[in-house]
Amino acid sequence: MEDTQSRIAFETLPEGECAVALGIWTAAHLAVPEHWAALQSALAQAATRGAAVGWDLRRLQRLDHSGAQVLWNAWGRHWPQRLELLDVQRAMLERIARFSVPPPRPERSSPLDAMETLGDWVLSMGGHVAGLVRLLGQLVIDLLKLVRHPVKGPWRDVSGHLYHIGATALPITALVGFLIGVVLAYLMSQQLRQFGADAFIVNILGISLIRELGPVLAAILIAGRSGSAITAQIGVMRVTEELDAMRVMGIPKGYRLVMPRVIAMAIAMPLIAVWTTIAALFGGMLAADLAMGLTPAYFVTALPKAVELSNLWLAVSKSVVFGVLIALIGCHYGLRVQPNTESLGQGTTASVVTSITIVILVDALFAVVFKSVGI
Amino acid sequence: MSDAPGRPKQARTAARQGEGTSMSAVQIEKLWSTFRTNGVDAVIHKDLDLTIAEGEFLSVVGGSGSGKTVLLRQILGLETPARGNVTVLDRPAAELGRTGAASRVGMLFQHGALFSAFTVLENIAFPLRELGTLPPELVRDVAMVKLQMVGLDPSHANKMPADLSGGMVKRVALARALVMDPPLLLLDEPTAGLDPDLSDAFCALLRSLHQELGLTVVMVTHDLDTIYELSTRIAVVADKHVIVNAAPREVAAFPHPFVHDFFLGGRGHRAMEVLRSSPQGV
Repeated sequence: MEDTQSRIAFETLPEGECAVALGIWTAAHLAVPEHWAALQSALAQAATRGAAVGWDLRRLQRLDHSGAQVLWNAWGRHWPQRLELLDVQRAMLERIARFSVPPPRPERSSPLDAMETLGDWVLSMGGHVAGLVRLLGQLVIDLLKLVRHPVKGPWRDVSGHLYHIGATALPITALVGFLIGVVLAYLMSQQLRQFGADAFIVNILGISLIRELGPVLAAILIAGRSGSAITAQIGVMRVTEELDAMRVMGIPKGYRLVMPRVIAMAIAMPLIAVWTTIAALFGGMLAADLAMGLTPAYFVTALPKAVELSNLWLAVSKSVVFGVLIALIGCHYGLRVQPNTESLGQGTTASVVTSITIVILVDALFAVVFKSVGI
Repeated sequence: MSDAPGRPKQARTAARQGEGTSMSAVQIEKLWSTFRTNGVDAVIHKDLDLTIAEGEFLSVVGGSGSGKTVLLRQILGLETPARGNVTVLDRPAAELGRTGAASRVGMLFQHGALFSAFTVLENIAFPLRELGTLPPELVRDVAMVKLQMVGLDPSHANKMPADLSGGMVKRVALARALVMDPPLLLLDEPTAGLDPDLSDAFCALLRSLHQELGLTVVMVTHDLDTIYELSTRIAVVADKHVIVNAAPREVAAFPHPFVHDFFLGGRGHRAMEVLRSSPQGV
């Protein structure tokens, strides 16, 4: 019976003790856990006897470079005094002997490295800010150019982006808005009923949804959906050298890539915010009817009295700012992508995280600055 | 352990050491490949037969769209043929994707397909490390040897694939393909995108590895110089099957319009010089 287990047998020959390697010594066979453990102890046993033990590899069924490396390491990285082997095996071991070098050490980390990391981080933050400012400046220049020659503008690009960013986002934003409206109305109805203030649900839903939740919800959804898409599109263009091709042809990327996306986003974002708000109010209205018997007719007539018109204007202008910011951040990270796939993934993630954070920050800023408007 | 699986293995070892040549590494029988585009089935291969003997360096040539790369992917088990059998090292190709595949077949993809999140050394060591048992030091040693076997300096070990030149990417990918010493190596356009110097150096590397390690190599390429430089056999795919599978000289003399245009055009004549001046291709 033939045994393919990689193992060592000790034999006593006239010239001394000899370790005979048997079985198949390839990476796949060596890696069987039981075989490996047994082999390790046998190799250790051979090592304790040192130079007194000779080696015979001729009866090996198969040896590969991994197996040869095991032997070479077991021999303490030099040739044993007595060694019997085939020519192919010798060639393989000679190759191992020639190429066995310690790998270059990765650099040691020192306390100074932490300082350096911090410094790098601060500089990269500065780089991001500078990049965004540059992008914004370029955008203003491009917009002036567009105003001067509106006919030559990249309108086809704008309409394409408008469709992808705006029209295709309608179902998902409506669904999310509707569900948030239902949830809010149900929660509020429980609390308000305790005070007998049922009718105030219109005020609460109206103000919170129109002024805050509608625009922010829409902005977060669009940041995740279209902000990432913008980064990925521009990033892929970097990876496939399309950006370089544009540059070589003298086509300005700010004018053809950044500006159309910003314009489309600035138009689409307020519309989607209003659309999300309507869906949320509709959900709230239904839930209020079901939970507290507040009729839709009353809801609709009470809404204009509860919410001043200025709230709507605030929401719309806020959304325009969100849209511009999301588009700019998306483009910024997209243009910074290095020509490799890993950088593309990192850029897309960073773009989404940054734009959502910025949206919430700017929303807080709006809340503080316009606290006396519409309430 | 039964005797049956042991014997062919021993026989194969013998073949790899040059004592016998009759074993076949890849056997393709009555292969049909079809692709569905816009509801219409396009037949790429029709009753294609191909046998690749152990130790051969076989080049697969054919016009664009003749299905050379598809053939390679079917040998790898990445695609399932519509009809017919593909047997690789006495086992159906479909079984290849399972554990231990790296010890049976190595593949050099056209663009290297290095894992971009790993360093060079981690890329090469990946199949070994996935075995889970071998200690990290041993895995590292084996990977370092392979790194130098493909002609790279140890100082490149900690670089990321994105920092490598085209030629180095191919070398690292080759080291990764060979890390488990598979008896069969597949190459897809190994010299595409390399400049003539790098291309020659890579050919020399492939030839020396083929001889030293006793590999069976299947190569798909358009580069006539590479074909003449390396092949011990050439298989021509045309008219949906292999029209000829023979030594380079015989193939060049085969009467078929594609063979005539491919080997005996202007470029072919220049490349033939290699064949005349070196005994390798005979």
